[in-house]
Amino acid sequence: MSRTAAVAWTRAAVIVGAVVLVELLCHSGVIDPLTLIPPSEMALALADLVASGRIADDIVQTFSTVATAFALSVAAGFLAGALLHALPRVRRAVDPLLASYYAIPFFVFYPLLIALFGLNTIPLVVIGFVFATAAMVISTLNGLDRVPPVLVKAARMLHLSPARTILLVTLPAAAPYLFTGLKLALAYSFIGVIAGEFILSGGGLGFSIAFAYTNFDNRTMYALMLFVLAVATVMNMGLHVWEQRLLRRRARA
Amino acid sequence: MPGNAVNGGGSGAPGAPAASHLRARGVTRHYGGALPVHALGPIDLDLVRGEFFAVVGPSGCGKSTLLDVLAGLSPPSEGEVVFEGAPVRGEVPDGIGAVFQEDASFPWLTVRDNIAFGLRRTGVDAAEIRRRVDYAVGFMGLKDFSAAYPAQLSGGMRQRVCIARTLVLQPRFILLDEPFGALDQQTRLLMGDELLRLWRETGATILLITHALDEAAMLSDRVGVMSARPGRFIDSLTTGWPRERDSRIVAEPAFGAVTARLWSLLRVESLKAIGTAGAAAP
Repeated sequence: MSRTAAVAWTRAAVIVGAVVLVELLCHSGVIDPLTLIPPSEMALALADLVASGRIADDIVQTFSTVATAFALSVAAGFLAGALLHALPRVRRAVDPLLASYYAIPFFVFYPLLIALFGLNTIPLVVIGFVFATAAMVISTLNGLDRVPPVLVKAARMLHLSPARTILLVTLPAAAPYLFTGLKLALAYSFIGVIAGEFILSGGGLGFSIAFAYTNFDNRTMYALMLFVLAVATVMNMGLHVWEQRLLRRRARA
Repeated sequence: MPGNAVNGGGSGAPGAPAASHLRARGVTRHYGGALPVHALGPIDLDLVRGEFFAVVGPSGCGKSTLLDVLAGLSPPSEGEVVFEGAPVRGEVPDGIGAVFQEDASFPWLTVRDNIAFGLRRTGVDAAEIRRRVDYAVGFMGLKDFSAAYPAQLSGGMRQRVCIARTLVLQPRFILLDEPFGALDQQTRLLMGDELLRLWRETGATILLITHALDEAAMLSDRVGVMSARPGRFIDSLTTGWPRERDSRIVAEPAFGAVTARLWSLLRVESLKAIGTAGAAAP
């Protein structure tokens, strides 16, 4: 068995072992069912929820909000990053703000956003966008900083215009870092939107989890949590596989 | 202030009148900023078509700056560069190719796509691209690796990819900035042979920048010796090798004489560059 396969099997064994342990602790009564229901029951409850169609609207709302926040943050973050890279003086002024960006508890502004935009999905898009954009800006700057100058020189020797140099050389060269930005922006959009729904919203998965929690509906609450966890894991794994494929080509032998 | 002239010899007789393939007159390069630097010049240089010219000089003397200015990557602060009769000012003219010391292969493209990269953007038809890339892949000994990515190749092979990428554009003037600097001695000698073969087959004019005196002595028709910064040509030396030559020339007694002469010209400048000229000069 290769080293990579051994690591993957060990990882899977740890996860399965933890789930089995929680299952046993729940069934033996060590864990109170009012605190945590067995994982098998969570899965059954999730299957029931999906089959009933009760969460279809929540899924559509949450994912469309996340997708909007993600797309906007990637576009704006990339453009802002590229602009800052091209303007070193502005960058020097902005750098400390970017470095301390995540020290700001953005959710305190959420009530203000609702007052400004109303109780709809716009405040959620804004909070997801604000949360994710800085990660994309920082990753874009990182990526552009690490493009070897000799590649840009080579592009000039090959008579590429500045626009083509960016498209055909700079962007592919910075791709691994931009990819990190995409991963972080997706994760932060998710966190921003679901947390926003939790605080104050009329729909979405975060709202439904909070609603089930306040109504002592553990079955629904854990089923929805499992769903969010499963979706986040699958998306992250998908991006990870894609990223690994990208990096494998470039890893020096 | 007049520049130190280094006139073309090359395939013609030294000092014989010949139209310059590349001519530089009074070229200087200054960098501004908080600590202004006079990096280069004034430089006068004449290269004859088909000549193999090497430039040696102490570290930091402005060799790479000279390459940037001659290639059109960076405009001279003063003076002018003329390539095939047309001035070069911060724009790379058609017919000039360059290979750099650092690995400039594109890691996201296969060897074949790397080599075809520039060619695909010149309007050359697909069949001609295939023909030229096939030739370059064969010529540079990359046939078995055309579908590989640069990450799967050694440093020497990646440099061959960069040379092939320049070669397919059929440049008439090739600038090489320490292209074998990162390679071991044996590989450098063999790459030197390949470079000489390329030079003979293409008939291109070559300017090689190197810190290795033996490399300059083995490969070139003429060697220009630069001073410590700001780099100027302090002398030039004609090697007198036949056009048909390879790395076995290093065993010739005359080879030792050429490298010894180069070192005697360069020693004081190198001491100046490391700041010990007064203490160690004889």
